[in-house]
Amino acid sequence: MMEIMEGSHAVAEAVKRCRPEVVSAYPITPQTHIVERLAEFVADGEMESDYLTVDSEFSALSACVGASAAGSRVYSSTSSQGLILMAEVCFNASGMRLPIVMSIANRALGAPLSIWNDQQDSIAMRDSGWFQLYAEDVQELVDYHFLSYRVAEDHNILLPGFVCFDGFILSHTYEPVDIPDQETVDAYLPVFDPYQKLDANDPISMGMYATPDYYMEFRYELDRAMERAAGAIEDAGRAFGEHFGREYGSLVEAYRMDDADTALVAMGSICGTVKDAVDEMRDAGRKVGLLKLRSFRPFPQAEVARALDGVAAVAVLDKNISPGMAMKGAVGLEVRDALWKTGIDVYSYVIGLGGRDVRKKDIAAVADLAESGRGDMFYGLREELI
Amino acid sequence: MVDKSLELFDCGHRACGGCGPALAARLILKGAGADSIVVASTGCMEVFSTPYPETAWKVPWIHSLFENASAVASGIEASLKRQGRTEKVLCICGDGATFDIGMLCISGAFERGHDITYICYDNEAYMNTGVQRSGATPYDASTTTSPAGKESFGNKRPKKDMPQILAAHGAPYVATASVAYPNDLMQKVERAVETPGPCYLQIHAPCSTGWGFEGGKTMEIGKLAIQTGLWVNFEMVDGEIAKAKKVVRKPVDEYLMAQKRFRHLFKPARNEEEIAKIQAIADTNAEKYGIDIELKK
Ligand SMILES: Cc1ncc(C[n+]2csc(CCOP(=O)(O)OP(=O)(O)O)c2C)c(N)n1
Ligand code: SF4
Ligand SMILES: [Mg+2]
Repeated sequence: MMEIMEGSHAVAEAVKRCRPEVVSAYPITPQTHIVERLAEFVADGEMESDYLTVDSEFSALSACVGASAAGSRVYSSTSSQGLILMAEVCFNASGMRLPIVMSIANRALGAPLSIWNDQQDSIAMRDSGWFQLYAEDVQELVDYHFLSYRVAEDHNILLPGFVCFDGFILSHTYEPVDIPDQETVDAYLPVFDPYQKLDANDPISMGMYATPDYYMEFRYELDRAMERAAGAIEDAGRAFGEHFGREYGSLVEAYRMDDADTALVAMGSICGTVKDAVDEMRDAGRKVGLLKLRSFRPFPQAEVARALDGVAAVAVLDKNISPGMAMKGAVGLEVRDALWKTGIDVYSYVIGLGGRDVRKKDIAAVADLAESGRGDMFYGLREELI
Repeated sequence: MVDKSLELFDCGHRACGGCGPALAARLILKGAGADSIVVASTGCMEVFSTPYPETAWKVPWIHSLFENASAVASGIEASLKRQGRTEKVLCICGDGATFDIGMLCISGAFERGHDITYICYDNEAYMNTGVQRSGATPYDASTTTSPAGKESFGNKRPKKDMPQILAAHGAPYVATASVAYPNDLMQKVERAVETPGPCYLQIHAPCSTGWGFEGGKTMEIGKLAIQTGLWVNFEMVDGEIAKAKKVVRKPVDEYLMAQKRFRHLFKPARNEEEIAKIQAIADTNAEKYGIDIELKK
């Protein structure tokens, strides 16, 4: 049944239906409405979870590590500074192959302090060994939670994952959304079956130290699991269609890409604006399309190459900046790598940092720049401030 | 009742000869029993006991990071509760992990009131990284980051009072122990794991390598610390000191002279002023905890 709901509350409804046994989180704008709503669910007995009101994001994720290792499905959520405070634990959780799922309300990083959206936070955690899905709208945001637990807990995968969504833009807007009923979720997402756990009846040691004779193979296995995750996400996305009637069978979504000469590539809520801009440009006779990335890790390299085959120019909208990197945006670099040796021009445009508005005309202007061979630059700067 | 025959910490680990923390691990598990889950911090004990693919731990054991054991333990405890399981959750962490970098997580875990037992094996410095000072390093001890020198007598600050800090969190049971008094140590562990709520135990664990003494002298050094009043074995119940081990005190000299970390106080010449300051620390301890046995004239 469709309901009009705030994005954060929709996330809370989804998380409730995932039945985590332990929830551990720390408030930070713009994630707060999620954890507040979860606290209400627990207080009202609507959710049978232990809700740990911890001292910091660092402890929040550390407690998730413990609870997951002890055999529970766990949940956390954060943003921006909170995620970076968790950084050490993030690497640790993936190293121990703990299937934790965490919602990331994407927000800029200080200094200067900003509570507004970009995707610097999760992209900075690119190499932490978590898979990263990016939601375009509240419906995808809800659905990715069910999908993420299913992928994370797959014994062939065992990776933690982020469900990323643009802070305020999705967290604080009301959209019509279908919140599936519990039975449907239960049928799709089985009860957590830990691959191994801390148990006095069968003692194991977890998180041991590894000498140079052993360390590299652990990282190799982690990378291999991430490679397998691509297929697992697709499978889980197809199964999603069977259970819920909405399909996510590919890590990318092509919008009006047939016969496109210029492709825009983006992740997250900006894709909605880009689709509108593409429609307008198409109406004006321009052959422009959008390639939306659902997943940044694993990066869908083959799908990107296939989808962009035959275009003349690619404009990647990067809501992040890697200072000192010639191309500037991290997503752009990946796309350029996917199209290596094809001769297709790929440009990155750093856009919408710290909540700066991105309008349809900005998207059209970026397409113009790509077609004229100019890119790897910031777009939308206020020249008078520089 | 403590089953002293229980061996849950296996031999074959990589600790130095006479390692106090290794002995502590063995005694702790005798006190806690097999129905335990141990959370470790990064440090000597983690490194010498779990070089992959070997482990000395016969109980479930997890190491996450240097500073988050108490938060990890919080999550484990919450998970066990939901699953209806009854294992005891213990943190066994170094003094650096406890006094310094782990304070935030410890404070949070104690304030939330988790049913965990947090045990600090206190070897009074960061040993794993090469004997740097911590908040637990005693006054005037020479370490690699508080070296004695022409202008320095070693560590400039006295030991942080962690037991008081955790008692102030409302911990129902806080105690100190020493590997040199194994029965007392095991009994305190047993009491801590059986007391509901967050309990804290701080175990004096002499480190032959870091303190500079022969590996065969661990027990002797541990006893001297108690006999001089520089370490006090006590129990606090609901924030009140309930019991402290009484001694006929010796002057601090004998303890200091037995360890290279205090050698600079005696060579090239005896440093009366600094030794007097350390004696004053022992005297204050004795008064605070009432440990002096009055000898009949
Ligand atoms: C965040 C972080 N900072 C620093 C270190 C390096 N480090 C590893 S163990 C250690 C000292 C451990 O000291 P302590 O807790 O007293 O244990 P000990 O080695 O003395 O047994 C340090 C500084 C680390 N592993 N992680
Ligand atoms: S350095 Fe000290 S604490 Fe570390 S293993 Fe050696 S004796 Fe034990
Ligand atoms: Mg130490």
